[in-house]
Amino acid sequence: MNSLIPLLVAAPLAGAALLLLGGRRLDRFGHWLATLLAATSFGFGLALFADLLGRPGDDRTLHETLYSWIPVNGFQADVAFQLDQLSIVFVLLISGVGTLIHLYSVGYMAHDERRRRFFGYLNLFLAAMLLLVLADNYLLLYVGWEGVGLASYLLIGFWQHKPSAATAAKKAFLVNRVGDIGLSIAIMLMFTTFGSFTFGPVFGAAGDAGESRLTAIGLMLLLAACGKSAQVPLQSWLGDAMEGPTPVSALIHAATMVTAGVYLITRSSAIFNLAPDAQLVVVVVGTVTLLYGAIVGCAKDDIKKALAGSTMSQIGYMILAAGLGPIGYAFAIMHLVTHGFFKAGLFLGAGSVMHGMNDEVDMRHFGGLRKYMPITFVTFGLGYLAIIGFPGLSGFFSKDKIIEAAFAKGGTEGWILGTCALIGAAVTAFYMTRVMLMTFFGEKRWQPDAEGHQPHPHESPSTMTLPMIVLAFGSVFAGGLFVYGDSFVNWLEPVTGHAEGDSPLTPLTVTLITTALMVVGVAISYAMYGRSPVPVEAPKGSLLTRAARRDLMQDEINHAVLVRPGTGLVASLVFFDSKAVDGFVNGLAATIGGLSGRLRRMQTGFVRSYALSMFGGTLVLVATTLLMRSV
Amino acid sequence: MTGWLAAAGGNSPSIPAPHIEYGQLSPMLVVFGAALAGILAEAFLPRRMRHTAQLVIALLGLGGAFAAVVVLAAQGHGTTKAGLLAMGAVAIDGPALFLQGVILLTAVLAVLTFAEGRLEPRLNGNTVDAFAAQAAAVAGGEQEREATRAGLRTSEVFPLTLFAVGGMLLFPAANDLLTMFVALEVFSLPLYLLCALARRRRLLSQEAAVKYFLLGAFASAFFLFGTALLYGYAGSVQLGDIADVVSGVAPVTPALATTTQNDALLLIGLAMVSVGLLFKVGAVPFHSWTPDVYQGAPTPVTGFMAAATKTAAFGAFLRLFYVAFPGLRWDWRPVMWGVAILTMVVGAVLAVTQQDVKRLLAYSSIAHAGFILTGLIATSRQGLAAVLFYLLAYSFVTLGAFAVVTLVRDSKGEATHLSSWAGLGRRSPLVAAVFALFLLAFAGIPLTSGFTGKFAVFQAAAAGGATPLVIVGVLSSAIAAFFYIRVIVLMFFSDPQPNGPAVTVPSPLTATAIGVGVLVTLGLGLLPQYFLDLASKASVFVR
Repeated sequence: MNSLIPLLVAAPLAGAALLLLGGRRLDRFGHWLATLLAATSFGFGLALFADLLGRPGDDRTLHETLYSWIPVNGFQADVAFQLDQLSIVFVLLISGVGTLIHLYSVGYMAHDERRRRFFGYLNLFLAAMLLLVLADNYLLLYVGWEGVGLASYLLIGFWQHKPSAATAAKKAFLVNRVGDIGLSIAIMLMFTTFGSFTFGPVFGAAGDAGESRLTAIGLMLLLAACGKSAQVPLQSWLGDAMEGPTPVSALIHAATMVTAGVYLITRSSAIFNLAPDAQLVVVVVGTVTLLYGAIVGCAKDDIKKALAGSTMSQIGYMILAAGLGPIGYAFAIMHLVTHGFFKAGLFLGAGSVMHGMNDEVDMRHFGGLRKYMPITFVTFGLGYLAIIGFPGLSGFFSKDKIIEAAFAKGGTEGWILGTCALIGAAVTAFYMTRVMLMTFFGEKRWQPDAEGHQPHPHESPSTMTLPMIVLAFGSVFAGGLFVYGDSFVNWLEPVTGHAEGDSPLTPLTVTLITTALMVVGVAISYAMYGRSPVPVEAPKGSLLTRAARRDLMQDEINHAVLVRPGTGLVASLVFFDSKAVDGFVNGLAATIGGLSGRLRRMQTGFVRSYALSMFGGTLVLVATTLLMRSV
Repeated sequence: MTGWLAAAGGNSPSIPAPHIEYGQLSPMLVVFGAALAGILAEAFLPRRMRHTAQLVIALLGLGGAFAAVVVLAAQGHGTTKAGLLAMGAVAIDGPALFLQGVILLTAVLAVLTFAEGRLEPRLNGNTVDAFAAQAAAVAGGEQEREATRAGLRTSEVFPLTLFAVGGMLLFPAANDLLTMFVALEVFSLPLYLLCALARRRRLLSQEAAVKYFLLGAFASAFFLFGTALLYGYAGSVQLGDIADVVSGVAPVTPALATTTQNDALLLIGLAMVSVGLLFKVGAVPFHSWTPDVYQGAPTPVTGFMAAATKTAAFGAFLRLFYVAFPGLRWDWRPVMWGVAILTMVVGAVLAVTQQDVKRLLAYSSIAHAGFILTGLIATSRQGLAAVLFYLLAYSFVTLGAFAVVTLVRDSKGEATHLSSWAGLGRRSPLVAAVFALFLLAFAGIPLTSGFTGKFAVFQAAAAGGATPLVIVGVLSSAIAAFFYIRVIVLMFFSDPQPNGPAVTVPSPLTATAIGVGVLVTLGLGLLPQYFLDLASKASVFVR
């Protein structure tokens, strides 16, 4: 069974290689090939899952070493995989949702002339993401980490003819770079501390390392997680990343890649558990982001950007849960999976709407679409109910557990975190209801597109609706399935450990408060957007609204805090470089050039002077040889 | 001793027939035989068949000789069965066989470029090559015009080349100073002639040949004078005997007792013999002929000369210093330090302001002579192996680079001025990329053979305690990298001149030479271990 593990990665990797190198002859069927390979990977994942299920709980970690990548004395880097309860969850989510989104893209990208390349990139992403979650050491994980970054960059900028897409891709790449530096520093610290970066030895030796060292590693890992998962302060790229094709937003920027940060923190639980200071920073980052994303989501009129804000916020919940330690890890991953279902479903729904509306994204130009797109409406609606935490649906269970765990942190901290998480839940209900109402209800506010075509909304083809339906099933049932008999928590416990918190509130109380706040959020939203017509032009709005529309000034802040001092620093470095360094270098070059010019004059072209120089040389040679002896 | 006295006494006893090991000498004998066959072909074959026949003879001769070298090496004549032959005049051992192999392979590629007939435009329906129609005709005179009209070709270049190759094979194998001198002259004289044979720019070519000849004769005189002094010191011209006398192991010849152990004779002789060799490798201050000759000679000849002469000369240099004078290390090493430093620095610095590709490569070859000297100075087995490898790597890069130079032409023949190479990468990306690869190899950029070679000699030098030399070497490499990369920048990042030169498509002959050059350059850069091991295995001199 072990030998199947590399195939998980190899299948989509082969697809990427074929599609990207194979040329035009693959244009006709390349997209189906890619989909098939993604499904193959999912099939292998299922087989391995079945194999793991058949094993006893403490024997569910499979190792497979492919080859030794860098075998140097004292430095051993293997291409080796580790499949355990945690990674199989990710494998199934990535390859499963990945396959669905491949299928969806067959319809969505049907008319794009660079479709083959698009599917090549998608397969490349799958391979890199699977490598990330299957690696048994941080170095190989880093390879996957960079691989998904590359795929994300290529896919955000897929419509590179649009300057906005090209810029967004660059922005995502640059912001991620900051996070990646964190990961590389963390790996270097690990190597100096433990002499290894393989999970087993590192986690085994974590207890012997000093707490300050562990805190440093933890903070650097968190920095990496912030970059990849768009957490404050490295959140600014995610909104712009919506420039990519919608299936990309669904797969990479909602369901899978952006959750890599949660995986990283959960995987490194052995380090974080021993570094409470780092954990505190993690929960702060998670809490700030969950509120931040929610506020931004409330103000956006672009349907994808509103969903992006929501993604940020929901990942904030996961990071918060992961920062809580053993009382939260399992719930972080559980929410990650349910979120993978419903957020991917919501994005695919948004894509379906755009598909029918001439690629319009402004919700103020939607309205009343439920009659025209019934399947999209129903699947989107189920996703909506799941994310706001409607009782019985997936999001209800997973989010509720996180809020409980936040209170269970105990003390003042617990109260603050729990309250923030509750507020976040209310705001989530508000902005998601707003999206729902503005898109599917109310009167039509359709606008002709740039070329004057009036939109003719219609239901999308079955390749697109089928994945939406499947994801809707997941949105509805996954949560219940996971909490039934604590199956999910028990499954993950051998890897992440689990502890019951000491909550000041009973679970029932938390559930009731959450549900009540959810209802309040929906009600306010309905009052604002359901009962009165939505203006086609966005009103000026309050100061907060205006700030939220501009992502709470994230770009301005980055500009003031980072760009301007950075530019100043670079300018001074350039000054130093051009005056001092270049001055020296150019001076040196001029000296050598001058010397060369002067020596050249000795090359007169006359044999007599050449002979003379030889004679002189001989004299010197003979004299020196004799002198050497007498000295 | 008795024989010497007997000879002096006037009774002439029968001279014993010398014992000659024909088998082990076969590489040289095959090449010389082929050269003689070439002369016969020149005399008896009709004119239209000569060129092809000569090419076939040359390739067969060189190929056969290479096969002989391989067989000898396989039989262990490079290692366990290494020995002195022909009454101690010739040594066949690891370094000799290794360098003979390198010289022969280089010569095969060079002969291919010599035979190239598609680069020059056809004249009156006749294929012509890089060589003068009739070498003896006065440049620009009526006779030459006539010869050109008749479509004559100097097919004598092939036998001349074979003689030169024969001499070069003998040079690194010569185990006494007189054989060495004979070998030196045997390969030098044909080279002087070859230099004068350029079809275009006849006067420049003839000037180059005369300069080379005059200065070469001057250097040979030093070599011979040094030989005489050393004989006066040691009473023998055999390298092993000299070493014995230097170290005080061997008794001296009574007749020379008054002059032996006179260290002035020894040291001056050593210095003068070195001058002759330093001239051939183009070390400063005996380098001044290099740029002029490299520029004037027909480019295929320049390539051959730059690659094979250097290999042969360094081979002899190594044998002389490692076999005859290891005991004098402390005397010659400081002097050679100075020469190496000067050679590296002057070669690199002077190349910076060159405007002609062939002169640029000439100065680059001077700088490389300096790099090789650093390996030689190490006086260790490691240093010897490093130099052997370096020569192998350098030969192919040089030959390839000069072969590329023959391709870039305008109406007046080869366009060697650097300004006309501007933008070549846009018009002929493949040729420009190949040339860029050779330049990177010259500069010693990793993944090319140049890096491996340079690394090996510097490592050996550092291990031998010559760290300052390595530092100068690295700094010179930095200067050298500047002008190599300047050419690359010129080719790829400058706008082409409106009526600049074009790349002429060569026949498979030159293409093969360049292709092999590229393969070897990359091969020795990517997977050098086999050849490093081979060089290391070959790095023991027989005494």
